[in-house]
Amino acid sequence: MNDAHPTTAQEPTRGAAGRRWWEVLRRLPPIFVVLLAICVWISFLNPRFATVPGIMSFLMRAAPAAILAAGQLFVIVSGGFDLSVGSLITLVVLGSSMLIGGDPANTWWVIAVMFLIGMAVGVFNGAVTSWLRVPSFITTLGMLVTLKGFALLWTGGAPRGFLPNNFRVFGRNRVTGIPGLEEVPYAVIILLVVAVAAGYLLHRTGWGKQLIALGDNPRAARLSGVPTARVRIGAFIASSTSAVIAGILLGGFSGVSTNVGDGQELSAISATVLGGAKLLGGRGTMAGAIAGALTLQALFTLLNLLGWPKPLRDGLQGLIIIGAVAYTAWRERRS
Amino acid sequence: MSRPLISRKPGRVALPPTFLFLAGVFVAAWVLVSLFGRGQFLSAANITNIFIRSVALGIVALGQSFTILGGSIDLSVAHLISVTAVMSSFIMQGDSANIARAVAVVVAIGLGVGLLNGLIITKLRVNALIATLGTGLFMQGLLSTSFQNFAGAVAPEFEVFAYGTWGPVPIPVVVLLIVAAIGMLVMHRTRFGAHLYAVGGNSEVARLSGLRTDRVLIGAHIIASLSAVLTGLFIAARLGAGAPWVGQDGVYDLESIAAVVVGGTALAGGRGGVLGTLAGVLIFSIMDAMFNQLGTGAFLKQVFRGFIIIAAVASYSFRSKEEVS
Repeated sequence: MNDAHPTTAQEPTRGAAGRRWWEVLRRLPPIFVVLLAICVWISFLNPRFATVPGIMSFLMRAAPAAILAAGQLFVIVSGGFDLSVGSLITLVVLGSSMLIGGDPANTWWVIAVMFLIGMAVGVFNGAVTSWLRVPSFITTLGMLVTLKGFALLWTGGAPRGFLPNNFRVFGRNRVTGIPGLEEVPYAVIILLVVAVAAGYLLHRTGWGKQLIALGDNPRAARLSGVPTARVRIGAFIASSTSAVIAGILLGGFSGVSTNVGDGQELSAISATVLGGAKLLGGRGTMAGAIAGALTLQALFTLLNLLGWPKPLRDGLQGLIIIGAVAYTAWRERRS
Repeated sequence: MSRPLISRKPGRVALPPTFLFLAGVFVAAWVLVSLFGRGQFLSAANITNIFIRSVALGIVALGQSFTILGGSIDLSVAHLISVTAVMSSFIMQGDSANIARAVAVVVAIGLGVGLLNGLIITKLRVNALIATLGTGLFMQGLLSTSFQNFAGAVAPEFEVFAYGTWGPVPIPVVVLLIVAAIGMLVMHRTRFGAHLYAVGGNSEVARLSGLRTDRVLIGAHIIASLSAVLTGLFIAARLGAGAPWVGQDGVYDLESIAAVVVGGTALAGGRGGVLGTLAGVLIFSIMDAMFNQLGTGAFLKQVFRGFIIIAAVASYSFRSKEEVS
C-alpha cells in the first residue's frame, strides 16, 4: 500500500488524519482507485517501483506535469482554458539558457525574470479575456503561437547554449540526508509545496471559492459582487506561474530543447479532467487534478514496462481520457 | 454584438465584419511591402500565391466552421490530415489505377471518424474538446506505429490537384472556392444549416423545439472530418507522398480553429459563417506573404500571428457586455 501514500499525502482537503484508511478510500474519487490499480500493476512487473527510491523517481518524472495540472485547474474551474502554458515552458527553458549565457552566477536573477515573464503572461491572458471579452481559448491560443514564436526568434530556431548545474539542480538532483527517506528529489519537494499551496488557495480561500462560483455561473457570480476580472486574472497568473515552475524543472531534467513544451497544455487539461474537473467550469479538486497527472505518468510507465512503443502509448491515452470522461458523464446522468 | 453577423434572410448573405479587417490587413501589407519590401505586392503572381497558401488551411477551416458554429470543436483534424495523406499515398503507390480506391478508402475513414466524434460527443456526452483530442491521439498513435516515414507515392496524375492550372487559375484555388461555395450553400440554403445555427445558438432550446440536435452535431462533425480528408489529399498531392507528421507540422487543429474565430464565428456557436472563415484564412496568408516579402523570419511572423488572432477577435468582442471565460 506504499504506492497510495504520495497521493493521499498531498490531499489537503480530507479531514482528520486519524480516519481509517478504508473509509477514506471509499470516499475517494475514481481517479485515485485507477491510480492505485496502475501503481500496483507496475509494482507487480517491477518490484523496485514499490520502494521509496522507486516512488521518488516516479514522482520526480511526474512533477512538472502534476504542477502544470495544478495550475491549469485554477483556470479550468473558472470556466476558461490556458493553452499558452506549453509555449511558456519552451520560452522559460530557451530564454533561461540564453540569459544565463553559461555563467552560473546569473541563475538567480534569471529565474526571477522568468517568474516575472510568467506573471506578465498571466496578467495579459486574464486581462484580455476579462476586458476585451476574447474567450480565453482564443487569447491563450494566440499566446501559444506568439510565445513559441518569440522563444524561437530569441534562439534563432535551434536550441542554443546550456543550462548550468545550479539551474538544473531543481529538475534532476536530490536532497540527501533526510532521515527515513535517504534522498528526496528537489522536484518532489517542489511538487509537494505547490500541491499544498494550490490546494489551500483553491479550497480554503475566498478567492478559490469565488473562482469556482465564477466558473459555475459567471453572471450570477458577477451580480453577487465577485470582482470577476481580478479573480480571473489571478487564475491565469496561477497557471502561468505553474508553467514557469514546470519549465524550470523540465529544463533541469532534460536540458535545452525547442519542443520541450509542445502538447503539455493538452496533457494538463486532460489531467484535470481525469481528476474530475468539469470543462467550462464550476467543479474540480486539486487532489484530483494532481492524481490525474500522476495517473497519466503512471500509465506511461506501465505501458513502457509492457513494451508498448511510444505512439501506441499516446494512442491509448486518447482512449483512456475519452473513457474516463464518458464514465463520469454516465455516472452523473444516473444519479 | 447587437448586429447579426450574417443576415438570415434566405438567399442573402451579408459580408461579415471580418472583411473590414481583411481589407485593413491587405492595405497594410500592400503599403509595407511597397515601402520596405522587395517585389510587387499587387502582382497576379503574388495574389495567386496568397490563394495557394490558403488552400490547405482553407479547406479544413471551412469544415471546422461547421463544428464551431454548432457549439462544438474538432481537435482531431490535424491527425486525420496525416492519416489521409499517408493512407492515400500508401494505397496509390504511384499508380494512377489506384487513385479511385485510395480516395474511396480515405473518404470512408473520414466518414467513420466524423461519425465516431459525433457519437462520442452526443451519445456519450463527452466534451467535444476531450472527445476529439482523444480520437486524434488514438488515430495518431495507430498511424505513427504503422508508419515512420513518407509512405508510398501519389500517382503523377493526382498531383494535378496541387499543381495543375485551369486557364490562368490554379486548380487547388478552384477547389478551395468550390468547397467554400458548397459550404455556403449547405450553411445558408439548407434545412441542416438553419438547424445548425439553432443548435449552436442554444442547444437546449433547439432540442425542445423538436430538432434532432444530436443528428445535426454528428453531421457537422462528419463535414469537418471530410474537409480534413480533402486537405490531407491536397497535402499528399503537393508533397508527392504523405508522412505521419504532416498534419501536426501544419498545426491544422489550432490554426483552423483560429481561422474560424478570426473569421467572426463565435466560439460558443450560433453566430458566424463560412464566408468569414475564408476571410480569416486569407488574413493569415496575406500576412505570410507580407512577411516573406519583407524578409522577416518565420519566427517573427509567428509572434505577430498570435497577436493578430487575439486582435481580430477582440475587434468585435470588446463592445460585448457578456462575461466570457
